[in-house]
Amino acid sequence: MTHQDTSQQQVNWAQAAVAGHASAKHDEDAGFPTHQPGTEHGGREQLVLERIERARRARPRVREKLITLAHGAGGKATQSLIEAIFLDAFRNPLLAPLEDAATLTAGDSRLAFTTDSYVVSPLFFPGGNIGDLAVNGTVNDLAVSGACPAHLSAGFILEEGFPVEDLRRIVESMAAAAAAAGVSIVTGDTKVVQRGKADGCYINTAGVGLIPGGLTLGVSTARPGDVVIVSGPVGDHGITVMLERGELDLDAELVSDTAPVHELVRGLLDAVGPDVRAMRDATRGGVATILNEVATAAGVAVVVDEDSVPVRPEVRGACEILGIDPLYVACEGRIVAIVDPGAADAAVAALQGHPLGASATAVGRIVEDPPGLVMLKTGFGGTRIIDLLVGDPLPRIC
Amino acid sequence: MRFVDEYRDAEKARALAAKIAALCEPGRHYKFMEVCGGHTHTIYKHGLEDYLPESISLVHGPGCPVCVLPMGRVDDAIALAEQPDVIMTSFGDMMRVPGGRGSFFDSSAAGTDIRMVYSPLDALKVARQNPDKHVIFMAIGMETTTPSTAMTVLRAAAEGIENFSIFCNHVMIVPAIKAILDSPDLRLDGFIGPGHVSTIIGCRPYEYIPAEYGKPIVTAGFEPLDILQSVYMLLQQLAEGRCEVENQYSRVVPWDGNTVALRAVAEVMELRPYFEWRGLGFISHSALQVREKYAAFDAERRFTLPGVRVADPKACQCGEVLKGVLKPWECKVFGTACTPEMPIGTCMVSSEGACAAYYNFGRFSRQRIQEVSIESSRA
Ligand code: SF4
Repeated sequence: MTHQDTSQQQVNWAQAAVAGHASAKHDEDAGFPTHQPGTEHGGREQLVLERIERARRARPRVREKLITLAHGAGGKATQSLIEAIFLDAFRNPLLAPLEDAATLTAGDSRLAFTTDSYVVSPLFFPGGNIGDLAVNGTVNDLAVSGACPAHLSAGFILEEGFPVEDLRRIVESMAAAAAAAGVSIVTGDTKVVQRGKADGCYINTAGVGLIPGGLTLGVSTARPGDVVIVSGPVGDHGITVMLERGELDLDAELVSDTAPVHELVRGLLDAVGPDVRAMRDATRGGVATILNEVATAAGVAVVVDEDSVPVRPEVRGACEILGIDPLYVACEGRIVAIVDPGAADAAVAALQGHPLGASATAVGRIVEDPPGLVMLKTGFGGTRIIDLLVGDPLPRIC
Repeated sequence: MRFVDEYRDAEKARALAAKIAALCEPGRHYKFMEVCGGHTHTIYKHGLEDYLPESISLVHGPGCPVCVLPMGRVDDAIALAEQPDVIMTSFGDMMRVPGGRGSFFDSSAAGTDIRMVYSPLDALKVARQNPDKHVIFMAIGMETTTPSTAMTVLRAAAEGIENFSIFCNHVMIVPAIKAILDSPDLRLDGFIGPGHVSTIIGCRPYEYIPAEYGKPIVTAGFEPLDILQSVYMLLQQLAEGRCEVENQYSRVVPWDGNTVALRAVAEVMELRPYFEWRGLGFISHSALQVREKYAAFDAERRFTLPGVRVADPKACQCGEVLKGVLKPWECKVFGTACTPEMPIGTCMVSSEGACAAYYNFGRFSRQRIQEVSIESSRA
């Protein structure tokens, strides 16, 4: 092997990144102290932190030439893709809040409208299959928007050679899940693609539901003092699917938590409705992603107490081995609610009144400073940030 | 998870922190380097610095295998993945590491078959399942992961698997520590030794550090209490005027290492005369290659590689960060042009990299946060 130095043109992309960043900003660098290796100075660190904050607030751009798996992971890359490509092209006031469902008005009534696609692999896993997931996921997006889920559509993309028997099982689960959630599947579509052009079966569902009068929810309404509540143990679904794939050679008695949360949500709203600021179902990207959305949208900080977050020992063990944080792992039947401090105890009690919320608990609180950050008080007694996830540790779990 | 919780007890941490504070000489400043990226990750993930007095700073070392992989080797690996009928297998950490022409992720998006695996044995499984393809394992890591790569090659040889090879990038931590000790930039008071590496090589190879350089080293485990304990042991050595190799992680690290693992490595691999470390340059006898005897399993011998050396981007200061001369945030592009989603340097990629750890977990002012926690506990 020979070593020749052909450095310059090879790392064009890096120079472009630096230059691209320099042009996108920021005059403050003029006053930035010159670089002195090894010096420690709190004030200088503070300046760097502020500079980073500004860089993070800059308009998101998609700099990649090709879509990578990271764009589907629900973390930062997904967010840039949505904001820089979709929102940019479709821009309208209904889409702009980027909530789980859009709120439409028709005459005097308000409707929630949402859609989601499902590409989970494997299609069947302990606790459910892609069919339950497709119905519950959309029902839940409607429910956490405060709506009563009513009607769903279902679109199927099937791969040539897919067993009809499997399709039948999936569709039967969808029917059962729809019945359980009190919704009807009223329209649909089917496409078949050549062998190898899809992986068995993909499903898209969309749904509408009525929002009762007087309710306005939104992550941007969170304010300092509010309490963050989760409705049960986090990460069950993601880890179950991961283990089912058998890539880890681990065994655990785990089942997916896929379930419709509309009754759980109804119970909460009946008890403390006006004091609920926002709800989200913690799917892809987990609880951490939701809290980051809250912090950014409302311009507040979220402080989470690691020891109070419910996580099953099996999930914790698997996460420990995978080197990921359960807070990032998808759930399919858990909600995160932000509620007024005065109503926090009543809210937890209301959630605990439903079997799906039996281990509901407060896990953190909204504070003023530093805006946009989610902080974790670790079980060890230290403090750290919980940022949006970069890259995808567990692809195709929903 | 009893086993783990025992080493994360906040109560014990507070007690230890008090003992640490008591041992610090007033007015003296201490700089300890944690050599291993796993330690860096633990320190930030658990917010361990909250327990240390201001007079102790932890300096992050070069022990992150992904971080020290030079760009040229990434390009070589991508060139391998581009060969017809090749499946490249790699640890997830490696996927986003940028080379001169992009990363594995980019290459995979452009059409190569690159798969994430959790161990080299998984890669061998892929080879068995795809007899019509050639499967290459991107072997990276320090002494900790080298034995499993070596054993996988031995297994492949025993089973007569012909469509499997490794692209060997295994490096060794001891020569790197020596390079840092020889570098004039840095004044260190002691080392927190790499626990996992030491389970393989034991503690003997570090004996030159106190003997020749007069610095104490304490081999430490990966739980936050382990690290606090090792800081305490280092301070104790300094206070008592001792300077030696100590083993905090004796529940796992045998003094002489793991001879079975070392034998497997010696069977399959031999020292390279020199190897490039990203940011640190060429370090002699610091990496391993596959022996002639196992040439059939050596991707470097089976395929022609471009083998072009690529200089680090001008803006990149990973070398200084890896040597502990700069704190991550002191790099000019930290957090602006270089972020985990768009990394320029490798330290921003791996979860064990100092820049990534600081960016993901520690990007806030401690003082401000202490105010926040008081506020939230009052509320
Ligand atoms: S910020 Fe990026 S370029 Fe700078 S040292 Fe860290 S990884 Fe390297």
